[in-house]
Amino acid sequence: MNTQVSLSELTKRFHQVLPQDAVLVDKEQLHPYECDALTAYRQIPRVALLPGSAEQVRAAVEVCRELKLPIVARGAGTSLSGGALPHPDGVLLNFARLNKILEIDPQNRTATVEPGVRNLAISEAAKPFGLYYAPDPSSQIACTIGGNIAENSGGVHCLKYGLTVHNVLALKVLTIDGDILELGGKHLESPGYDLLALMNGSEGMLGVALEATVKLLPRPDGSKVLLAAFNRIQDAGNAVAAIISSGIIPAGLEMMDQFTIEATEQYCSPGYPADAAAILICELDGYEEELADQIKRVSTLLEQYQATEVHLAADEQEAETLWKGRKAAFPAMGNLSPDYYCMDGTIPRKHLAEVLEEIYALSEKFGLRVANVFHAGDGNLHPLILYDANQEGELEKAEEFGSEILQLCVRKGGTITGEHGVGVEKLDQMCVQFNTVELQTFNGIKSAFDEHGLLNPGKAIPTLHRCAEFGAMHVHQGKLPHANLPRF
Amino acid sequence: MPTCPASDCSPLDVADIKDIVASRIREAARLKQGVQLHGGNTKAFYGRNIQATPLSLTSHSGITEYEPSELYITARCGTRLSDIEQVIEKEKQILPFEPPHFGTAATLGGTVAAGLSGPRRVSSGGVRDSILGTEIFNGAGEYLRFGGKVMKNVAGYDASRLMCGSLGTLGILMSVTLRLLPKPQNEQTAVIAESSSGAIQKMNAWALTPMPITATFHDGENLYVRLAGPASVLEKCTASIGGELTDLGNRFWSEIKEQAHGVFLTDQPLWRIQVPPSTLPLDIAGPCAMEWNGALRWHATNTEASMIRRVANQAGGHASLFRGPEIKQVFDPLPPAVLELHKKLKRAFDPAGILNPGRMYPEF
Repeated sequence: MNTQVSLSELTKRFHQVLPQDAVLVDKEQLHPYECDALTAYRQIPRVALLPGSAEQVRAAVEVCRELKLPIVARGAGTSLSGGALPHPDGVLLNFARLNKILEIDPQNRTATVEPGVRNLAISEAAKPFGLYYAPDPSSQIACTIGGNIAENSGGVHCLKYGLTVHNVLALKVLTIDGDILELGGKHLESPGYDLLALMNGSEGMLGVALEATVKLLPRPDGSKVLLAAFNRIQDAGNAVAAIISSGIIPAGLEMMDQFTIEATEQYCSPGYPADAAAILICELDGYEEELADQIKRVSTLLEQYQATEVHLAADEQEAETLWKGRKAAFPAMGNLSPDYYCMDGTIPRKHLAEVLEEIYALSEKFGLRVANVFHAGDGNLHPLILYDANQEGELEKAEEFGSEILQLCVRKGGTITGEHGVGVEKLDQMCVQFNTVELQTFNGIKSAFDEHGLLNPGKAIPTLHRCAEFGAMHVHQGKLPHANLPRF
Repeated sequence: MPTCPASDCSPLDVADIKDIVASRIREAARLKQGVQLHGGNTKAFYGRNIQATPLSLTSHSGITEYEPSELYITARCGTRLSDIEQVIEKEKQILPFEPPHFGTAATLGGTVAAGLSGPRRVSSGGVRDSILGTEIFNGAGEYLRFGGKVMKNVAGYDASRLMCGSLGTLGILMSVTLRLLPKPQNEQTAVIAESSSGAIQKMNAWALTPMPITATFHDGENLYVRLAGPASVLEKCTASIGGELTDLGNRFWSEIKEQAHGVFLTDQPLWRIQVPPSTLPLDIAGPCAMEWNGALRWHATNTEASMIRRVANQAGGHASLFRGPEIKQVFDPLPPAVLELHKKLKRAFDPAGILNPGRMYPEF
């Protein structure tokens, strides 16, 4: 990392390749970039750049390479794992101006876009053709396709329609060495290694996306939403497994626990049964003829698994209201607590009920409230830990609580992150999920693309040194020292 | 340490086989001697010919985990594909990518390493889309686990998908976890007489609708369309595509994927060409068959490789020699920067360069 070059020299160099207003160096200008949606971590970059074209990105990256400046790419800054947290000595590369939809190709059902295009904007542009882009992370109004690719984002419908990696057909990637890689195409498979898959979820560590071509799907003929209430959370968990075993893949299958139900009722009154221990929201899609049959089968199963109430949304409006509560779960927590910490572990579905029990026990142990809202269909948990950052030690307690949840997920055969990414947040838990040789292999992959470690350094893959420390600390104390310091 | 070659050692218990593979790999790495990995040898024709010491992985077999309600299966690399399909069939589940076997001895490891998918790819994705996790030996004989059993998993780089289609050049796939799908309750095939260009136009028009099409195949004269869903939906869709429902079933589609159908029974080199699906018929002499809504074109032709590649590249696609006489480049040559990355990745996984060297490209 190079901290030798003066700020005025940096500014001069970047002004040579970018317009005046695309180079930000003042503290006030840099302030908006100090964090992403994981607000517990904050850092001002040295410089923020707003390139307006692929050519400007290329030129800016060339300067960074020459001056050995770390690069952190940023879309809309909605990452929940600190993926876009700036580097103190580095450049924040903001893709806000690379927001053009370059092509909608209805013949081949693809959209080609710049990385700063918002997720939802793709579906909006494809709408006249009856097509849409399937992955729908909760932040889809704001989040960009570049960020989605970096994190391999999911969403409520990925049970049936897949994650970002299943829906990206091609990428134009700028390497730190200045090469432009054209990976994939409008065809389905490419010769050589699947570098396209490797780029998805690589958290900006391997290259800088300049352009993406994504798959567009025809809108389903129709969809229906069912709401089921349960007196016991175990019943809801078992019902989820039963639906999937029955041969039905719902478009979405979401679960909320009692605390979340109460909070969302207070927040936006979606009309959930207030006394339920858990609810399931199940969306089915397809042709009318097959929907009727599926609704019948799912309703029967839900009742078999002790649902106290099964309600079919009468129309689109009611379906939207039912979804509204689910989608408002995060802000509803914001209403109840000054801060919350969102976790993102995934477990095999069959362990849902017991993992929830353990999470409640941990909640007691740490003395922090927890709300459970999750993509039940694919076992992706989002426990929201409520805390108050102004109370001394609460953030650390929340992080420790979260860390225990993730280690629990690994023990149950799951993973520390389903769709939010590792970022800066789960580096320690990576040491739990992977051993030394596996982490070395990840570092080998990183070096193949970025030998000097200039792309998003300190994210996603922990150093072996860090893991050694983390492991040792766990044995001796069971908690992290200096947890309030930024950790890289 | 057991010393007999793995191919002579079956049946052995799993730990022994792992030990043997590890010691064979370490020995090969020490001597920098190439190893040619194989399962049932059913896809030996695919990729480049190489001269290296064979290492059979067929004895490392068996399903280790199968949870129908979790929609995944974990099996050792030497497990026969037919065994897996039989077991999941009992639970009314399928492999989403409908892989070709090319022989009864086809194994899971070989299937994933070859990365070949069948007719259903058009609706439920390819091998790579179904990979949840892998366990591998790298070229240093170290045992590594990537991915897992759950569909949503973004911890670490996606090394599992990197294995898929890598023709055994990055690691020895010891165990694979695949995502499964429920078997469609009812599938039927409609047929329409149609020219190649007409078929391309039709398949891509249908793909703009939500019709539950799970496979398409055009043999030059007839367009076959497999639809899934309740009878009422199938009738409606068949009417709207303007074809006739046939009694062609699994057997027909199996013949397509196994290439036992007329078009594939050729003495000429068989090219596997992938293009954007709506691409007009390619200007290549000889018979052509199409799958995947036109995204996959099979050409039986004696046309020169460079000519075929020019045509495929101009259409925004690429061409692989699937079956035919030995040539240097079975797959489209990689651009220099991409080739360089391949070599570096190869070194990261297999520093001594001993795993199927040259099977994919002459350079690594």
